[in-house]
Amino acid sequence: MAEKIYAGKSVSVTDDGYLTDASQWTKEIAAEIAKEEGIDITDKHYAVIDFIREKTLKGEALTIRSIGKSGVVDTKGFYDLFPGAPLKKASRIAGIAKPSSCV
Amino acid sequence: MANTIDHPVKKVMIICAKASIEDVYAALVMANGAVMEGIEAKVFFTFFGLDAITKKQMKKLHTGTVGNPGMRMPGGLPFPTILGMLPGVEAGVSAMMKSQMEKLDIPPVDEFLELITAGGGEIYACKLAVEMFKLKKEDFSEHVKDIITIGQFYELAAGEGTQIIFT
Repeated sequence: MAEKIYAGKSVSVTDDGYLTDASQWTKEIAAEIAKEEGIDITDKHYAVIDFIREKTLKGEALTIRSIGKSGVVDTKGFYDLFPGAPLKKASRIAGIAKPSSCV
Repeated sequence: MANTIDHPVKKVMIICAKASIEDVYAALVMANGAVMEGIEAKVFFTFFGLDAITKKQMKKLHTGTVGNPGMRMPGGLPFPTILGMLPGVEAGVSAMMKSQMEKLDIPPVDEFLELITAGGGEIYACKLAVEMFKLKKEDFSEHVKDIITIGQFYELAAGEGTQIIFT
């Protein structure tokens, strides 16, 4: 556990860099974490992140399949927006915990 | 965790040679999991595993109810092998497994292949087995990239950080 400054705000993060408290998240923080992941954040990214946050805060499990079916983005689009490891990157940018899903 | 930084897995080559639900899904979950982690994944279906990528068979996969010591009744009691021989039992057990998987958001085979290929994973059919079962390219799911020889499979495996996995 560590403190990190994003967008002028101090937030606590895990060793892998995930926010420990989703309520500390702001859009500006998301943009800075995205930059660390090599992503220039756009409205499309925010649309996906909003969906992810909404679903997670409701306590629903997050899978690539559920995001692909969300109507916000299809699976291929999701991989294109967050290249490499989309679920991990998107979760980190969305300020939620590291995903624990196997699918 | 130093090892994960020094020698990350960069590519997995997964071989599936059987058609039972558990064998096929083991291969698919591993392939999809790799793609999700940004690891290159290629799945090679051979022998009875071809059922998983054949349009006619992919939706009808079963789990064996005979000679399967892991089988139990709902509730945990032993599952008598003789029961597994009765008509309809294997289909019923297979349907139950599929519905349990759906609850965990594990997709049906065709949708799973779509997930894997959407993430950049590749699906191949074994040329020798395709010829043996007298199948043609058009018999396969659209997600099958090619029918290849074992030699081509090893060519695709080239590179540092590749793991070959036989499920």
